[in-house]
Amino acid sequence: MSETGTGIGARVKRKEDQRFITGKGNYTDDINLPKQTYAYFVRSPHAHATIKSINTAKAKKMPGVVGVFTGEDVANDKLGGLICGWMIHSKDGSPMKAGPHPVLAQGKVRYVGDHVALVVAETKELAKAAAAAVSVTYAVLPHVVDVADAMKAKAPVHDVAPDNRVFNWSIGDEAATDAAFKNAAHVTKIDLVNNRLIPNAMEPRAAIGSYDTGTESYTLYTTSQNPHVARLVISAFHGLAPEHKLRVIAPDVGGGFGSKIFIYAEEVACVWASKHIGGRPIKWTAERSESFLADAHGRDHVTHAELATDANGIITGFKVHTKAAMGAYLSTFASCVPTYLYATLLSGQYAIPNIYAEVDAIYTNTAPVDAYRGAGRPEATYVVERIVETAARELKIDPAEFRRKNFVTAFPHQTPVIMCYDAGDYAAALDKALEMSEYSSFGERKSAAAKKGKLRGIGLSAYIEACGIAPSAAIGSLGAGVGLWESAEVRVNPVGTVEILTGSHSHGQGHETTFAQLVSDRLGVDINNVSIVHGDTDKVQFGMGTYGSRSGAVGMTAISKALDKIEAKAKKVAAAVMEASADDVEFKNGTFTVKGTDKKMAFGEVALSAYVAHKFNSAEIEPGLKEGAFHDPSNFVFPAGVHICEVEIDADTGVTEVVSYTAVDDFGNIINPMIVEGQVHGGIVQGIGQALAEGCVYDKDSGQLLTGSYMDYQMPRAADVPNFKLAFTCTPCPSNPLGMKGCGEAGAIASPAAVMNAVTDALGLRDVAMPATPQTVWKAMQPMKKAAE
Amino acid sequence: MPAITMKVNGQAVCGDVEGRTLLVEFLRDKLGLTGTHVGCDTSQCGACVVHVDGKAVKSCTTLAIACADSEVTTIEGLAKNGKLHPMQEAFREHHGLQCGFCTPGMIMSAVDLVKRNGKKLDDETIRHELEGNICRCTGYQNIVAAVKAGAANM
Ligand code: FES
Ligand code: FES
Repeated sequence: MSETGTGIGARVKRKEDQRFITGKGNYTDDINLPKQTYAYFVRSPHAHATIKSINTAKAKKMPGVVGVFTGEDVANDKLGGLICGWMIHSKDGSPMKAGPHPVLAQGKVRYVGDHVALVVAETKELAKAAAAAVSVTYAVLPHVVDVADAMKAKAPVHDVAPDNRVFNWSIGDEAATDAAFKNAAHVTKIDLVNNRLIPNAMEPRAAIGSYDTGTESYTLYTTSQNPHVARLVISAFHGLAPEHKLRVIAPDVGGGFGSKIFIYAEEVACVWASKHIGGRPIKWTAERSESFLADAHGRDHVTHAELATDANGIITGFKVHTKAAMGAYLSTFASCVPTYLYATLLSGQYAIPNIYAEVDAIYTNTAPVDAYRGAGRPEATYVVERIVETAARELKIDPAEFRRKNFVTAFPHQTPVIMCYDAGDYAAALDKALEMSEYSSFGERKSAAAKKGKLRGIGLSAYIEACGIAPSAAIGSLGAGVGLWESAEVRVNPVGTVEILTGSHSHGQGHETTFAQLVSDRLGVDINNVSIVHGDTDKVQFGMGTYGSRSGAVGMTAISKALDKIEAKAKKVAAAVMEASADDVEFKNGTFTVKGTDKKMAFGEVALSAYVAHKFNSAEIEPGLKEGAFHDPSNFVFPAGVHICEVEIDADTGVTEVVSYTAVDDFGNIINPMIVEGQVHGGIVQGIGQALAEGCVYDKDSGQLLTGSYMDYQMPRAADVPNFKLAFTCTPCPSNPLGMKGCGEAGAIASPAAVMNAVTDALGLRDVAMPATPQTVWKAMQPMKKAAE
Repeated sequence: MPAITMKVNGQAVCGDVEGRTLLVEFLRDKLGLTGTHVGCDTSQCGACVVHVDGKAVKSCTTLAIACADSEVTTIEGLAKNGKLHPMQEAFREHHGLQCGFCTPGMIMSAVDLVKRNGKKLDDETIRHELEGNICRCTGYQNIVAAVKAGAANM
C-alpha cells in the first residue's frame, strides 16, 4: 500500500470534485422536466388534533392550481401507508404497536408539521398561495412531547398503544446481572439524556414524481441514500406500481447522515399524484423550515444506568434502562435503532460478563425519530463512556487506566449482548491517543488555564461500533424486513475501460474515487478509465444503499467478488488467445502472462478479444466480459478507537471551547486516507455539535417546534471547532477480503462522550446536560460559585 | 412583470421578473445556473453566495430587480478560459468538499474574503470569516486548509 499513486491506500484526489467545484453537480432540485408542476404541503399547526373537516373548494379555484389532494383521495385510491421495516417484539412476546401512517393524514394529526394535504400548481408561489386557502377544522387533543412524560399522557398518540409504549424490549441475562450487582464492591449510577437532534443535511429533501401515460410507468427523482429500497417499499407496501413500472433515481445527493434513508410521505405523494394530473411531473423541494419540522430526527433517549465493579476495579455487571422517543409515527427503520443498533453495543470495548438492558420505545407528538449518523451506537457509547468515566472518578482510578484494566484483549470476544468482536487492539489506540494528546502533562495545561480564568478539563471516549449490519439470515431472525447484502456488476468494455454498477449510493462519501481505486488496483486499469454508476434503479441491479458505514465493507466486497470473476474469465480468454492452459496464465499489474514463456497480453487486449470472440470456441467460453456478484457478510465489522478532548470553560460566561481534540481510530485497511480523515472530521463536528450546541426543543405547552430554523438550532460553524489531531491503528477485519471496517460514523459516535467527559471534568460535576450551551454551563456553575463565596 | 438586464458571468442576459423574484430564483430557474444552491430560508447557510458587482451576497435574500444592470458572478463563471480558479483548485486539492452542496457558496465566500483580507490568512481569520457558510459534511478543517492554500495562489 502506498499513499501515492491511484491504488488502494493512496490519497487520490476525488474524481467527483470537478463537477461540484464548477457548479455542475446534478441534485434533484437542479432537474426540471417538461410540463412540470409544483407541490406544496398543507401541514398540521397542532401537535395533536382530530381533523373535523377539510375544505379544498376555494383552493381548487385559485389561479394556476392543478390539483388538491387529501387523505380521503389517498384512501379512495388505496395507496398504502408508510411502514416500519423492522419488527420488534416486547419482552412479553407481543409485537410492536405500529399505528397507521397514511401518506396524507386521515382523521387525525399527530405532530406539528404532519402532512395534511398536497396542493399542486403551475408555480411554487401559486401552490403556496393555494395551500393557504385550504381550510382545515381541527379539534385539538392533549399532546405530549417529552419522552419522560409520555407514558402518562392524557390522549394516546395511537389507539393501538394506550400508554404510548410501542414496545418494551430487553436483551441480556437479568438474573445473572442482578447477581453481579449483589456481589459488587462498588456500584456507579448515572442518569443521562441523549438530546434530540435534527440531521440537517445541507441539501433539503426534494422529489420529482411523474407518470408516463404511454408506458403506464412512474419515475421518481429523489434525494435518497437507497433508491432501490425506496422502489421496493413504494411498490410492495404503498402498492403504487410493480417494481418494473417504477424507476427511482437518486442523482447527486447533498448529504444524508441517515435522514435520506427513509421513505417519506412527501416523495410518495408526489409520484402518486402525478397520475391524477394526467402524468405531468410534480416537483417538491423542502424549504429548510420543512426539513426541521418533517425530516426524521435523531437520538432523544432518557437513560438510567448502573455499573457494578469488584474490589479491583474490574467491571462485573452493567444494567441499563432507556426510554427512546419514536415521535408520532414509526419511521422506516425507527424500531431497530434503540434496540439492535444500540443495546448490542453496550459492552463497549470492555469485557463485561453480565449485561442487561431494557428499552421502552415511546410515541410522542413530535416528528418521527430514526437513524441519524451512528444510529444507536452514539447513544450506546454515550452511556458506556460516561458511566465508565464516572466510575473511574468515583474509584479514584485514572480514567485511562480504568479503561485499560477492563479492555477486551482476546479475540474473537463474545459479548453478552449478541455481538462477537472479531479483531482489535484497544490498548494500542489508547496508548497512541494518550501520547498524541500529551495526556500526562494535562495538569500543567490546567494550571496555566486557571491563571487565565479558564476551567480546563480532559475527557476520553473509547468507542466501538458495529457497521455493515449482517448476515442477512441473522438479522432476519431478529425482525429485519430486508437483507443487508450488497450487489455489484463489473462491465468491462471492449476497449478495456470499466464501468462499475453498484447498489451503494454516494452522497458525499467519494465512492466514485474509492471504488475506482479498488478497480484500478485490481485490474491495472487507469483510474480515469473506470466509472462508477449508482443511484438509478433502471441502470443498477438491486442494491441496498449507503448507511451504517457499510459501503466499504459490504459494497466494495461485492465489487471485489465480481472482480474475482472478471479475472477468472479474462484468464480463460487470455489462455485461449495465447494458446496456453488457463492454469498457466498469471495476471499482474494489468498484464496477462503465460508461466515460463514471454507471451503476454494487456488487459485491454484481452477485453477486446473477449468481445470479438474470434480466438476461442464460444461453446466453451461465452463472449463478453461482464460479471456480477452479491455479497452477504458473515459478521458485522467493528471499528473502534479512542478520542480525547480538552475543553476550556470561561468561568464568567460559561462558554466552552474545544481547545484540543485527538482521534485514534482503527478502521482496518484504508482505501483512501484523505477521504477517511474527511469522514472523521465531519463526524467529530457533528458530535461536538450535539455536545455543545444542537438541541431540538418542542414547547411542552403548545407542542410547537421551537428550534425550527438556523436562527434557533445552532449548527456548528467553522469558528466553533478546532483542527483535529488524527491517527490510525490497524487490525484488518477478518470477515471481508479487503480487511476493511467502516469510518463514516466513528466521529459522531465517539465525540459527544469525549466532550462531555471533558466538560464535567473541568467543572468537577457528575453530569451536565447536552447541549452544554453557555447558559447551561453557567447555570451549572452557580452552586459551586455560591459555595466558594 | 418588469424586464431586467444584467451581466451574468460576463454575458448580457435579460428576463422578466416579478418584484418578489429573488436573485437565486432568477439564476436557477430563468438562467438554468443551478450551481448556486438554496440551503435555508433564513439567510444563514451561505449555499447561495454569488458576487454582485464584485461583492459576495446571499442571493436567497437579494431581489433580482435590485441587481438590474449589475455584474453577477456565480460559481459557473469562476473558471476562466477552461482554467479553474485557484480557490476551486484548492478545494479539490485539500478535500474541502464531500457532498458538494455547500461548496459553490463556500468557494464564492472564500474568494470574497481573500479580496477583503489579503492572501496571507491565518486559520482564525478564515474560520471567523466563514461564519455565514454552513457545511454539514467536512467539519471545516479541510475547508480552512483549502481557503488558506487557495488564497496564497490567488
Ligand atoms: S440559502 Fe441563502 S443563506 Fe441559506
Ligand atoms: S460538503 Fe456537504 S455540506 Fe459541505
